[in-house]
Amino acid sequence: MNIIKARKIAFDYLKMDEEGKVESRSRAVDDVDLDVQEGDFVAILGHNGSGKSTLAKHINAILLPTEGTLFVDGKDTQDESKLWEIRQTAGMVFQNPDNQIIGTIVDEDVGFGPENMGVPQKEIWERVEESLKAVGMWEYRSHSPNKLSGGQKQRVAIAGVVAMRPKCIVLDEPTAMLDPNGRKEVIRTVRELNQKEHVTVLLITHYMEEVIHADKVIVMDQGKIVMQGTPREVFSHVEELKSYRLDVPQATLVAHELRKAGIDLPEGILSNEELVEALQKAAEQS
Amino acid sequence: MLRDITLGQYYPANSAIHKLDPRVKLAGTMVFIVSLFAFRSVEAYIAATAFLAAVIYISRVPLKFMLKGLKSIFMLMLITVVFNLFLTRGTPVFHFWILTVTKEGIETAAFMAIRLVYLILGSSVMTLTTTPNDLTDGLEKALRPLSKVRVPVHEIAMMMSIALRFIPILLEETDKIMKAQMARGADFESGGLIQKAKNMIPLLVPLFISAFRRANDLAMAMEARGYHGGEGRTKMKPLVYQRRDHLAYLSLLLYLVLMFFVNRIGFFAGLY
Repeated sequence: MNIIKARKIAFDYLKMDEEGKVESRSRAVDDVDLDVQEGDFVAILGHNGSGKSTLAKHINAILLPTEGTLFVDGKDTQDESKLWEIRQTAGMVFQNPDNQIIGTIVDEDVGFGPENMGVPQKEIWERVEESLKAVGMWEYRSHSPNKLSGGQKQRVAIAGVVAMRPKCIVLDEPTAMLDPNGRKEVIRTVRELNQKEHVTVLLITHYMEEVIHADKVIVMDQGKIVMQGTPREVFSHVEELKSYRLDVPQATLVAHELRKAGIDLPEGILSNEELVEALQKAAEQS
Repeated sequence: MLRDITLGQYYPANSAIHKLDPRVKLAGTMVFIVSLFAFRSVEAYIAATAFLAAVIYISRVPLKFMLKGLKSIFMLMLITVVFNLFLTRGTPVFHFWILTVTKEGIETAAFMAIRLVYLILGSSVMTLTTTPNDLTDGLEKALRPLSKVRVPVHEIAMMMSIALRFIPILLEETDKIMKAQMARGADFESGGLIQKAKNMIPLLVPLFISAFRRANDLAMAMEARGYHGGEGRTKMKPLVYQRRDHLAYLSLLLYLVLMFFVNRIGFFAGLY
C-alpha cells in the first residue's frame, strides 16, 4: 500500500507587500507526483533551493499544496479534521537539533509528542523507554540536551518522533549541521529504524553517501522530480547528476572517469569495495 | 564570561531537594524572598543564612556552581551598596572629601548586599534543582484557578519553559557572535557608556534575527509533534504531593515561625 501518494502537487511561496497583497510568487514545488510504499527507505536528493524541503513539509501537513492533492496513509492533508492524525502518522525531524528539542531533559523531550496526543501517563513512559532504546540514547535519559553532541541531539529528536509511533518519518536534512561522526550515527539509527521497526523513511539530504542504502532515490531540481530509481540506476548517470549540481559518491566518480578513459567497468558502482572488486575483475580480463 | 550565568540552568543530581514537588519549591522561594525583605535584623539574617545553607547542603549542588551566578549581579550590587553607603542620612561616621558615610548607611548597605546575594542564591537553588519543565508545570498547576477567568495559564507556562530552555543556547550564541564580530574588529570594551551601547548594535541585530529564526523553527517542530495547546494533553510527569512535600511545607512553616520569633526577640538589639 502506498503510504504517501502525491498527485500533481505544486506549492507557491508568496511574497506580500505591506498591505498584504501578493507581490510575487515563486514556485518551490512544481507538478510533483510521489508514491512511497510502506516500509520503504526513500531518499530525496537535490541542490539548495530544489524544493526538497518544501516537499517534505507537505507530508507532515505543515505546508498545504497550492495545487494538487496529497494523501498520507489515505488521508487528504487538506482535510483539517485529520490534521493531528496526519502529523502522528508522518513524524518529522528537522535540520537544526537545537531548534526542535522542547524539553530540558532528554526523556521530557521524548515524551512531548505523546503528551500532545493525550496518551495515558503509563504508556508515555513505555514509549519513551522504547524509543530511547531504539536510538541508543537510553543511558542519557536524564541528561540535559545542551550537553549532548549534535549527533546525539539529533538521535533524541528522532526518538521524540518515534515515541509518537508514526508509520513514516520524514527527515529534513538531519545531518546538515553535524560532523562526520554525528552524521554516521544518525544515518545508522535511521537505517536501523527502517529495518527493525519497518518504519517508512523519507530522508532528505544532499550527502550522496547517505543514500546508497536507500530503496529508492528521487532527485529534485527547480521544484520538479527529475530522476528516480534505485541508487544504482540513479548514480549511473553521473553527467546528468552533475548538471543538477549534485556530486556522486567518490567511488562512483572514479569508476566513471576510468570508464571514460577506456577501462571496462560496469556503471553504477557505489562503494569502494565494489570499485576494488570491479577493478580486479577488469585487470584479470585484460 | 557569558556562560557564568547559572540562572535557568538545571544541575542534575539526585537529592531530596531535586525530588520535591515544584510547587513546594516555588512556595519556598517566595517565602524565603518575602522573609528577606520583611524581616530586618541580624538574628533574622542568621536564621535565613542557616536555612539557605541547609537547603544548599541538602541540594548537593556545589557551592561554587551557585556562587558563579552571583558574578552577573556584581555590578548591580556594587552600585546599590555605594549608593546606600553615601546617600543615607543619619549619624556620620566619617567624612571623605564631599562624601559622608553614616552608621545607618553602612547598615542599609550591608543589608541590601545580603538581601541581593540571598535573593539570587535562593532563586538559583530553585532553578538549579528544578527542570524548567517541572517549574512551569508547578506554576501551571498552582495558577490553574486563574484559567477560569480566561488567563491563558498553560500558554504562559509553555512560553516560560521555552524561554528558560533557550537561555543557555542564546547565551552561547551571543558569545559566538561577539567573537565573530571581534574578529572583524568590533570593539565592545572601550568608549563611554553611550559609545558602548552603540557598539552593541552589531551584536544585538544578528542575535535578534537568529532568535526569531529559532522561534520559527521551534514553532514548526512543536506543531509537527502535534502540539495544539493545553487541551487534551496528558502529562508524562504529573504533579502529585508526596510525603516529603508535606514535610517540606511543614519545615517552611517552621522557618517562618522561627523568623517571626527571632525577629521579635532581637538578641542583639543592644548592638545598634
